Amino acid sequence: MNEITSLSLFELIKNIKEKKISSNEVAKSFIDRSEKSKKLNAYVTENFENCLKLSKEFDNKPNFDLKLPGIPIAVKDLFCTNEVRTTAGSNILNNFVPSYESTVTQNIWNEGGILLGKLNCDEFAMGSSNETSFFGNVQNPIAKDLVPGGSSGGSSSALAANLTPVTIGTDTGGSIRQPASFTGTVGLKPTYGSCSRYGIVAFASSLDQAGPMSKDVKDSSILLEVISSFDKKDSTSIDFQRNNYSSELTRNIKGIKIGIPKEYRVDGMPGEIEILWKKGIEYAKDCGAEIIDISLPHTSYALPTYYIVAPAEASSNLARYDGVKYGLRSSGESLIDMYEKTRSEGFGEEVKRRIMIGTYVLSSGYYDAYYLKAQKVRQLIKKDFDEAYNKVDAILTPSTPSSAFKIGEKSNDPVSMYLNDIFTVPVNLAGLPGISIPAGTDKNNYPLGLQIIGKPFDEQTVLNIAYSMEEKINYKNNITDWWME
Amino acid sequence: MTIDLKTVKHISKLARISLEVKKAEKLADDMNSIFEFIEKLNELKTDNVEPLTSIAETTLRFREDKITSDNIREKILKNSPEKNDDFFVVPKVVE
Repeated sequence: MNEITSLSLFELIKNIKEKKISSNEVAKSFIDRSEKSKKLNAYVTENFENCLKLSKEFDNKPNFDLKLPGIPIAVKDLFCTNEVRTTAGSNILNNFVPSYESTVTQNIWNEGGILLGKLNCDEFAMGSSNETSFFGNVQNPIAKDLVPGGSSGGSSSALAANLTPVTIGTDTGGSIRQPASFTGTVGLKPTYGSCSRYGIVAFASSLDQAGPMSKDVKDSSILLEVISSFDKKDSTSIDFQRNNYSSELTRNIKGIKIGIPKEYRVDGMPGEIEILWKKGIEYAKDCGAEIIDISLPHTSYALPTYYIVAPAEASSNLARYDGVKYGLRSSGESLIDMYEKTRSEGFGEEVKRRIMIGTYVLSSGYYDAYYLKAQKVRQLIKKDFDEAYNKVDAILTPSTPSSAFKIGEKSNDPVSMYLNDIFTVPVNLAGLPGISIPAGTDKNNYPLGLQIIGKPFDEQTVLNIAYSMEEKINYKNNITDWWME
Repeated sequence: MTIDLKTVKHISKLARISLEVKKAEKLADDMNSIFEFIEKLNELKTDNVEPLTSIAETTLRFREDKITSDNIREKILKNSPEKNDDFFVVPKVVE
């Protein structure tokens, strides 16, 4: 048997069910490796002792009917976990210990999963490189001083470095798919309304979705099956018949129609991304898919739309951090003075920038020109996809316009940082499911991903296409453990 | 359109974030470059387009107005930076 930490989730479950390994052995292996990997800075809060205890409890009274029997899992620190500190990567929540559990994580524990720890992320999930976290940069295990992507950067780093068998992230504009692409892993953003937002620290409520991140497509299908559920506690949770994603997973995609949107050939896109995309099209054909050219005419308006809608919603959501009910409080002479100092000291630069943009576009006299305009353009972007889906079953694009960049390379230029999300943002605006799978490397040997976008609630087709292509691509991460002593 | 220092200060008041002058200047620069990028939306005519307010095509659900949690006062007060037995404590508001 391979080293425990390099096994897939599927293999771990199989070994535990066949009693070849115990939950406690698995937990120990991931904890040992995590202890040796502090240089990656993937964890914000460790839950190791408790994890060992719970794994022993599982082994004493195992239930092999569960979908994640005794599997240790670290999660993004944006999910509220009962009695375990939840920071959202922010100083303002540095000491926040929730007294309730997010629905998505509760679903994982209900199926036998055990919390390993909370993973670093950009502050309030605002960022594409994990550089906005109050708890510092995260290293990409692919190479030293390379960003792991963001905002789910601790998640992608921990996953690629084998510190957790699978993980969950959240994706508002690409925060699952872009870090997956940067670390050679798989990341799936489900349809808006599939996974409950209850207990997830809110960023932009009309865009936020939780989703699985894993080493391969099958593992994502297993985890999606666990976390996707209708939840009364989330007013935009949707009650639809969910598939048994893992047992319905198939490589038979013969005759499936895959669209190639010409507008995703953006100016200045590196040649290697274009080559990767062409290779992806060939792989899809080899799998039996039919390739059809399509047009999504409003693609270039997606990012400007996103940078109105997301900050507007963020400015409203983050109004709750006032130093009264929880979180950091700075002292002030009056109530207003206390609010202003608390928020000034508690939030980082990027978060303040977005609150300011959001407050501006919602302020009197500017609402129609910016926010209403953006909502109208969002409608046009969604209609583009609706029309495309009259002709095709799914859409294939690159995941990101480049591979992972160096820490510090883009942190002084917000607009160039925002351009990272050019291929992922339209999917959030239209509420669609999208997956990023590793598909090759660039000249530096850094991973590059391809994105498959599906129809609303058709995660199964997205997973099936990804599963088929994954076999043809046969990508292998080459990680040298350079960060260990 | 340019966002000047006065506007940045006004917005920071609305957002309840105190700003030093230096930081306000940097923010004005950043906001201007972001809004330059956002202005692209003006290329599109959208007079007859319905705004998309929610992607989930459902109307909000009604529920019975009944209490579902037990007495959780302590739990709620637990994370407060300053509290007394039953209340959140804030700087004096009324003279």
